Amino acid sequence: MLKDITLGQYFPGNSVIHRMDPRFKIICTVLFIVMLFAGNSLWTLVIGAVFVVMAQLLSRIPLKMSWKSLKPILPILVFTAVLNLLFIADDNILWQWKFIKITMGGVHTSVFMIVRIVLLITGSSLLTYTTSPILLTDAIESLMNPLKKIKFPVHEMAMMMSIALRFIPTLIEETDKIMSAQKARGASLDSGKMMERIRALIPILIPLFVSAFRRAEELATAMECRCYRGGEGRTRLRQLRAAPRDYIAFVICMLFTAASVTVNILFK
Amino acid sequence: MADMIEAKHLIFRYPADEPEDGKEAPVNEPILKDVSLSIEKGSFTAILGHNGSGKSTFAKHINAILLPEEGTMLVDGLDTKDEQNLFDIRQKAGMVFQNPDNQIVATIVEEDVAFAPENLGVEPQEIRRRVDEALKTVGMYEYRKHAPSQLSGGQKQRVAIAGVIAMQPDCIVLDEPTAMLDPQGRQEVLETIHRLNHEQGITIVLITHYMEEAAEADRVVVIDSGRVVLDDTPAKVFSQVDRMKSLGLDVPQVTELMWELRQAGYAVPDGIITEGECLTALEQLLLRSE
Repeated sequence: MLKDITLGQYFPGNSVIHRMDPRFKIICTVLFIVMLFAGNSLWTLVIGAVFVVMAQLLSRIPLKMSWKSLKPILPILVFTAVLNLLFIADDNILWQWKFIKITMGGVHTSVFMIVRIVLLITGSSLLTYTTSPILLTDAIESLMNPLKKIKFPVHEMAMMMSIALRFIPTLIEETDKIMSAQKARGASLDSGKMMERIRALIPILIPLFVSAFRRAEELATAMECRCYRGGEGRTRLRQLRAAPRDYIAFVICMLFTAASVTVNILFK
Repeated sequence: MADMIEAKHLIFRYPADEPEDGKEAPVNEPILKDVSLSIEKGSFTAILGHNGSGKSTFAKHINAILLPEEGTMLVDGLDTKDEQNLFDIRQKAGMVFQNPDNQIVATIVEEDVAFAPENLGVEPQEIRRRVDEALKTVGMYEYRKHAPSQLSGGQKQRVAIAGVIAMQPDCIVLDEPTAMLDPQGRQEVLETIHRLNHEQGITIVLITHYMEEAAEADRVVVIDSGRVVLDDTPAKVFSQVDRMKSLGLDVPQVTELMWELRQAGYAVPDGIITEGECLTALEQLLLRSE
């Protein structure tokens, strides 16, 4: 049952977006967020929507996948919409019942917010759909490299991230084993009141922690044996190389963002 | 031939736990009490011993993970006590551990094999060449893009071995590499290390619990409570069935069978450690009795 958890949301493929340099993908995602939040006019959304549709088509990620990433935030969407409907008031009253007023301004804002959040989620989840976790880690390490100058442990952080990624399946398997072992000894894990269930987790968490520490120690020894000595003087098998298409994608993103900013200044 | 590993009078003890409320710090019993051992270049040595005999502790000295309290450990002539030799020694003497899960660092097989050369600062093209070669040597090249969690125990252990070969070591120390594997995985790993020994002349030090694995080595060293007690060819070591049993160790099944037959008064030859030899001996015995 625990094996069903998929790590990250990488959806393997070979589209243009998949093959893009992950560093550029991260930069483009940041630009996309700027694009969406540049202003409050309808044009912001139109530009953002065109960008998302374009990226979605290029990435060949099925729409079903995007729907999957939207599902968990549905409550937030509903909540935002209701709040905006109730609390934004102007003179143009559409409907009134006692103290509850729904105005044109409220409807406008809530629709605007919903569309913006939907675009934000579908657009930025394309980054994780088209980039494997390991490439993402590499890209983050490479982008944060300048921070080394202020003694920020960039390499160590990237190493921790990739080891965490490596051990997630191992620890899930281990949790499964411990759960079966405790069940075999009569532990009831899926019945009882809330507090009882939480208490029932303790005999699972403690062995899991103990074993994780033991693994960590063994892994550290194994890494030392293979001459690990931190990031200094380390080379990499996989080199991130930007291709012309990455620069083109970057320029397109810049143009979209610029358009969004300009439109918002002009139509204020 | 020159010695790959030369241990001279090694003594080592693990530090005792911090004492409570100001009591005098206890001193642990040394786990290695005077171990001297030289291992020739290109040889295949098996080290036997029951749990807590000090065999794993000895293995960790070869790689400078542990430093001796007294005595010296030379790896290819380099003293492990000298800080400056540390990475040279670790590059020359690679180490493979029992649990393959706890020694694989990366999320992709080829990335993991590349880990050691990356640490050594090897050029990317050269890393690529070494990774491909190492994976081909252990027969895992087709799996280079797989995640380690998709592999079987034997396959993971072969990846771990490839990760060590990619350093281009002169010697590989394996600490019970097959203890957590199923019979097929064991077979795969053993074939791989024998091939490395024969084809590339890499010195192998195999620490094991399985007598059948030790029987295929050039030399068997038995360590008991921190001392080398037996050190000879497998045939000679295993022919001392009583001695082995008193040390809490077994002998290969075929040796045991021969020993039982001899106890029962049958004339069978001494020093039989492989199934082939056993078969011939039984055949002769049967022919004679006809």
